[in-house]
Formats: sequence, C-alpha cells, structure tokens
Amino acid sequence: MSPKKYFKVYKKFLHTSLASELEYQTNILIDLITAILSLIGSIFLLSIFYQNNASIGGWKFEQALIIQGIYTILNGITNTWFNPNLTEIVKHIREGTLDFVLLKPIDSQFFISLKKINPSGFLEIMLGLCLLSFCIRINQININLSFLTLCLITIICSICILYSLWFFISTTTIWFVKTWNATEVLRSFLYIGRFPLNSFSFSLRIFFSVFIPIAFITTIPSEVFLGLTELWKISLEVIVAIVFLFASRKFWLYALKFYSSASS
Amino acid sequence: MVKNIIDVKNLSKTFDISLKEPGLKGTIKHFFKRQTKSLKVIKDISFEIKEGEIVGFLGANGAGKTTILKILCGLIYPSDGSILVSGSLPFRRKENFLKNITLIMGQKQQLIWDLPPIESFYLNASIYDIDRIEAKRRINKLSDMLEIDEELFIPVRKLSLGQRMKSELLAALIHEPNILFLDEPTLGLDINAQRNLRKFLQKYNKETNATICLTSHYMKDITSLCKRVICVHNGSISYDGKLNLLLKKLSPVKEILIVCRSEKDVIRLEKTGFIVKNKSKNEITIKVKNNSITSSLKTILNNFDIEDLYINEPPIDEIIGKILIKKDYDI
Repeated sequence: MSPKKYFKVYKKFLHTSLASELEYQTNILIDLITAILSLIGSIFLLSIFYQNNASIGGWKFEQALIIQGIYTILNGITNTWFNPNLTEIVKHIREGTLDFVLLKPIDSQFFISLKKINPSGFLEIMLGLCLLSFCIRINQININLSFLTLCLITIICSICILYSLWFFISTTTIWFVKTWNATEVLRSFLYIGRFPLNSFSFSLRIFFSVFIPIAFITTIPSEVFLGLTELWKISLEVIVAIVFLFASRKFWLYALKFYSSASS
Repeated sequence: MVKNIIDVKNLSKTFDISLKEPGLKGTIKHFFKRQTKSLKVIKDISFEIKEGEIVGFLGANGAGKTTILKILCGLIYPSDGSILVSGSLPFRRKENFLKNITLIMGQKQQLIWDLPPIESFYLNASIYDIDRIEAKRRINKLSDMLEIDEELFIPVRKLSLGQRMKSELLAALIHEPNILFLDEPTLGLDINAQRNLRKFLQKYNKETNATICLTSHYMKDITSLCKRVICVHNGSISYDGKLNLLLKKLSPVKEILIVCRSEKDVIRLEKTGFIVKNKSKNEITIKVKNNSITSSLKTILNNFDIEDLYINEPPIDEIIGKILIKKDYDI
C-alpha cells in the first residue's frame, strides 16, 4: 500500500475512533477535568519543592516548568494514542482478535498503534503547549527557525523513544500473555520525567539515561528550550530514537513468528 | 479441469505448552519454574482442495481443525511440510494473498462495538483499497443477500447475535475474497439465523465460485453445505472424502416404524426375522439394511394390515458422533 492509502486509512481510523469516543460524553468530560486537575496538581507539587530552594540541580522554578510543559505534551500524546492502542495489544493477543489485524492487507504495527484515539488527550497537549509558551515568555527565550526546528526534532525523538519502549513491552505479551504491570511500571517511571534529571543522584541519573532513557524524553528537549544543551546530546537523542524505533519494529516482526493465536 | 486452490503436503505443527500441577504448591512451582512439553497438534497431514469446493472439517474439540484453518490462512507458522493457498505461502501474508482470503470466527468479532456496522464496512473498504462508490455497491449487494437493512445503522452493541453475525460476514466479505475460512460461524445462533446463514453461504458459493473451508459442531451446517468432509482425529486426517459415502458406511441401516391395525400383526412381524428396535401395543420399529429396503417394504405391505409407515435415517448427530471418536475409516 502506498503512503497515500495509509493516510486515507488513518483518516478513517480518526473518524471511527472519534465517533466511538463521542458516544460517551460523560466519559470525555471526566477525562478533560482529570487532565486539568492533573496539571494543576503537578505544578503545585513542583512549587512545593521550590518553596525553600531557589534552584534544584541547577534548574530554577521557571525553567523546571518547561520540563513540566514537555511532560504534559508527552502525557497528552500518551493518552491520545499510546494508551488506547498499545494497551489494546495485550487484549488482542489474549483474546485472539489479533487474527483479524494480521489478516488485513495493511501493516499490522501501523494498525495496532494508530487505530484508536482518545480525544481528551488533545486537551493535555493544548495545556502543555500553553504552559510552554508561558515558559518561553517568562524565561525570555528568543524564538527563531533553528530553535523551533531543534525543539521539534527533540520532541519527536522523545515521542519515538516513548512509543518504542511501550510497544516493546506490549509485544512481549506474545510470549508472556499478560504484561499490564510492565506498562504500568513504565508509566510510573515517566512521572519521574517531570523533574530535571540533575536533581537526582549520580547513580539514578545513569539509570534513567542508560537503562530507561527518561532523560532523553523530557530533559534534553527542555535543555534545547533553554539553550543549555550541546549538539552531541541532541545527536545522541536522535540516534537513540532511531535505534529504538528500528529495534521495536524488528522485535514485533520477530515476535509474530511465535504468535499462536488464542484457542477457539 | 478445476484447479487446486489449496495444496497441503505433510503438514505438521508442534506447540510448546506449559504444564502445571494442581494446588498451591503446584502454582508456586509453576511460577518459578515452568515445565513445558512439546505437543504435536497436527501430524503429517496432506490434502488438496479445488476451487469452488465447500469442505467441512470435522473433529472433536481439540482435534486440530481450527489450527489447520489458522495455518491455511497464514496466522500460524507450520512446523513442517508445505502449503500453498491460492499459489502463495500463507504464513508470508503477502498483500495479494490477504486480499484473496477471509476468516470468520463465530466466537470473535471485528466490528467496532460502539458504532453501527456500516462504519466498520467503510473502514475495511479503505483498508482493502476499495473506493467509496464501489464499497457502497458491494455493501448494498451483500446486505440484500444477507437480508439486512436497518441493522447497518444501529450500533453493534445493540444488535442481536444473529444480526451481528450477518454484519460480521458482510465486513469479512467486502473485499470479495476467493477463499473463505469459517470457524464455527453459526455458534450460538438460533435455528432460523443458522438456516439463513447457510442459505447465504450456498448462494455466495454459487454466485462467486468461492472456496469455503468450514468447521462446525452443528451437523446441519456440514450436511447442508459440504459435499466433502475432512475428519480430523488427534491432529491426523482419519477420513477425506464425500460426506454421503461416510454416512452410508457408518450407518448401513434404516429404521422403519410400522403402525399396524391390530396387535396380532405386530406379533407376527416380530416373528418374521426382522431386527426389532422397539415395540409397543400396535407399533413396531425394525432395522433394515439399506440395500434391502425395497424388498422388505414389499413383504410388509403384501403380508400385513398396515395403517401407517415411516422410514427414518438414524439421527445425523449420532453418526457424526462416531466420527469424532473413531481413528480410521476404510471406504
């Protein structure tokens, strides 16, 4: 299938999934309220940390808000795309409905990663963008084309890393059948991404950079916003994102050979 | 000459299954150290299916019917042997192959639960690269054949099982596949819904010459749709051939229920040497070999005062039940 056809199918995914979600207005409303309260709660928590400290790990409160903004955008993307789709993989495999996906003349990873959408996550993305534009003003950041390009690259890389990690864990369901807990652990680690990496001890910094690359997900894009990062860090994030995406793809194709479908 | 559309040679499939002892101790042991065992679920089977054929796969639960179907449509990798379906290796799942086949499972659904079926049909149409006008034409044609209309616009969750199954069929057939794999398609449906579905499949096969591979535990599905059956017993093929030959072999006798005008005739009939199944006051049921039905009836009608007479085939379920437990048939 050509990219044009994939785009057409994605438009159909968007349409059906929005229509499904909008069937339940109350649920959408609750999700929206949760998103607003969650952001207020996070900023409040951050302000408590900074009550008696001018800076934590070299980050001032106004600067730390950038990390919060990026985290909110990423969390919005997680709630809009990753959560409804990638948690569904476990269900598909346990109940054997992955059969229908595999028998469609379309890339199975594309299908299971993008079929659903949760519109309430859009609000979080909007809130994150608002917070970021507020941070740009209070931190007196100059906006130019290279700045915007670098920001966009690092945020896209963060999304790719996050997606790959989540997809990788969900794929293991083909062998272990139930891996809800593992994705929950990953989400818990992501909460750590709300705080600057420098505020953690050296050993934790290593752990969150090497083993679970939370550092790449929020801190590097924030450093780009503040003009604090170096080119090697951005290059490294790009490399990590490409490697993770490639590995998750290969892993999925490899895992499918072991798919035994559920019994009827 | 009709060409083979499915060609299977020496196919085997082995699964690794984990074993667990009962009780808490067994559970803890199972958690820390899994014991696995290789289980050969399909054992060196070979068969061919011609274009346009409707073939029923018969066997007890766990015999391997569904596994065969899933290997044929490319969902499960075979451990050994060769398979060609519509000229392709199914497990490669190439686009052209996938556009040629469909799988319908009675116990699983692909329709979007919260939306009317029509939305799922158009989604499938875009996946199969069918434009909207053509999709609309196919939906109209199939909904006419399936006799569904308003149901297309009602959310799936509000449809009855029968209506849902019809919609599932439509969703699975929108790309007009040449080969249909049906795994217990009438499961849970009421008698009328089952009959309608069978009628539709017959019509679809006749109109499109599509090949249909079917598994079902409802014998009526098999007897009314399939001329040929493949019996699977513990992963091996125990019979592959015409259904009527198998039934004749397994059921060489017919039962005749005779209602006599007087009790005397019942007693006389009993003494003539027929095998008596049961008798009551003026009724008697005898068993007669298929090849001597005409002569036996002549004897009865000429020598006894008969009020009424019924010839019964033994219940089909009873005969098929024998197939499920038997290993080999030499016909």
